[in-house]
Amino acid sequence: MKIKVDREKCVSSGQCAAFAPEFFDQGDEDGVVVLLHDSPAPELRHKARQAADLCPARAIAVEDEPLDHEPS
Amino acid sequence: MTAQRTIIAGASAAGWLTAEALRRHQYQGEIVLIGDEPSYERPPLSKQVLSGDWHADRTALFSTERQDKIGAKLLLGRASALDVGQRTIKVEHGETIAFDHAVIATGVRPRTLPGTDVKGFHVLRTIGDALALREKMSRQGDIIIFGAGFIGMEVAATARRLGIGAIVIDPVFEPLRLRLGAAVASRLYARHRAEGVEFRFGLSLAAISTRAGEDGAPRLKAVSLSDGSVLATEVALVAIGCQPNVEWLSGSGLTIDDGVGCDDFCMAAEGIWAAGDVARWRHRGFGVDMRIEHRTNAAEQGDTVARNIMGQAKPYLPVPFFWSDQFDIRLQVAGRVLEDAEARVEHGDIDGSSFVVSYRADGRLSGVVGWNAGKAVTEFRRELLAQLSPQT
Repeated sequence: MKIKVDREKCVSSGQCAAFAPEFFDQGDEDGVVVLLHDSPAPELRHKARQAADLCPARAIAVEDEPLDHEPS
Repeated sequence: MTAQRTIIAGASAAGWLTAEALRRHQYQGEIVLIGDEPSYERPPLSKQVLSGDWHADRTALFSTERQDKIGAKLLLGRASALDVGQRTIKVEHGETIAFDHAVIATGVRPRTLPGTDVKGFHVLRTIGDALALREKMSRQGDIIIFGAGFIGMEVAATARRLGIGAIVIDPVFEPLRLRLGAAVASRLYARHRAEGVEFRFGLSLAAISTRAGEDGAPRLKAVSLSDGSVLATEVALVAIGCQPNVEWLSGSGLTIDDGVGCDDFCMAAEGIWAAGDVARWRHRGFGVDMRIEHRTNAAEQGDTVARNIMGQAKPYLPVPFFWSDQFDIRLQVAGRVLEDAEARVEHGDIDGSSFVVSYRADGRLSGVVGWNAGKAVTEFRRELLAQLSPQT
């Protein structure tokens, strides 16, 4: 699983940094998303997926992961 | 286990994001979405689409590939009736479909002013609205905007950027004081004035003059205000808020009162849920009924509804959050700016280029407003989220 961010689409809402600070931070000045690391451990993949889906600008993509994957 | 079917009435952000969340939470059943237009993001409509910076295509909610992956069946049309007892939804001019779960996500539509159903008067809710207004704004001079709330102010800012004059009328003096606090709102309106936006507070629309257009239909020529003043204009916008699309539910037995009434879990009746702008639910953490018309709410409420369809019994306890872009200002508001809250400048200077104002009621943080302060706002949001987390 790879996380990708689109800094052009980002609206600095901070949804990702508020809900999944393991992966996402924001620039001090502009608040634009900063990806801390792009390869989540299996137990955190669902959280990364959730953060991507909560982004109001759809600026986060989580690749190589079927939608129905969720550790339970 | 027999195959389940969830019908989602409404295929805009809340509807599609509920579908996506259902798959994220391993829902294996059939998902049917009913909607009458392609899904797209609304926040850019009053900004990038209206200014022409973005082509309309760029507002798509999903890539085609992403949408296909969700594996939902899309029925083009509108839901026209819901039968709670029979557990069916009827599609206008179409079939009646049975469901195990239904999600009401039919959104809202703009409120209008009486007599404004003439050419030249616009509202701004759909992509068609944005493109129509953009064409008129670029060709026909100054715009008169009724409503000095967020949409009105974003359109005024976009107009000024395009070199178009904007006059904003609102019966309430600086109405965003209620949403941003007096100091921040006052600075925002001052900035608009400095950019050439004119405000006429305390006034409302009294009458409309029209002329016959080329096709014979009446076209806007001028508006008269409640103080007797007359403003000549070819283009006007009504941006005075929205009303929920709930008429199709009349007679269903569901509670309809400024939205679809739901419990703490966003459930309107057994197996019937609501998400997004149309949903009014009980926020257990705040102890009030709420209905939120923000993009972030569409995603978060859709997620909660999906979890609850999967049996997680999760009360919906969001920290309301939205943003607004005007000129080079990005405003962000998290939590609630309560009327009697104490305002405190936390970062920067309220006359500077970046600052955060917190609002506290009884010493407890209730909300935060940021002015070009994305990261600092998030730190306060974490505190607000922690207040509402079930562990505390």
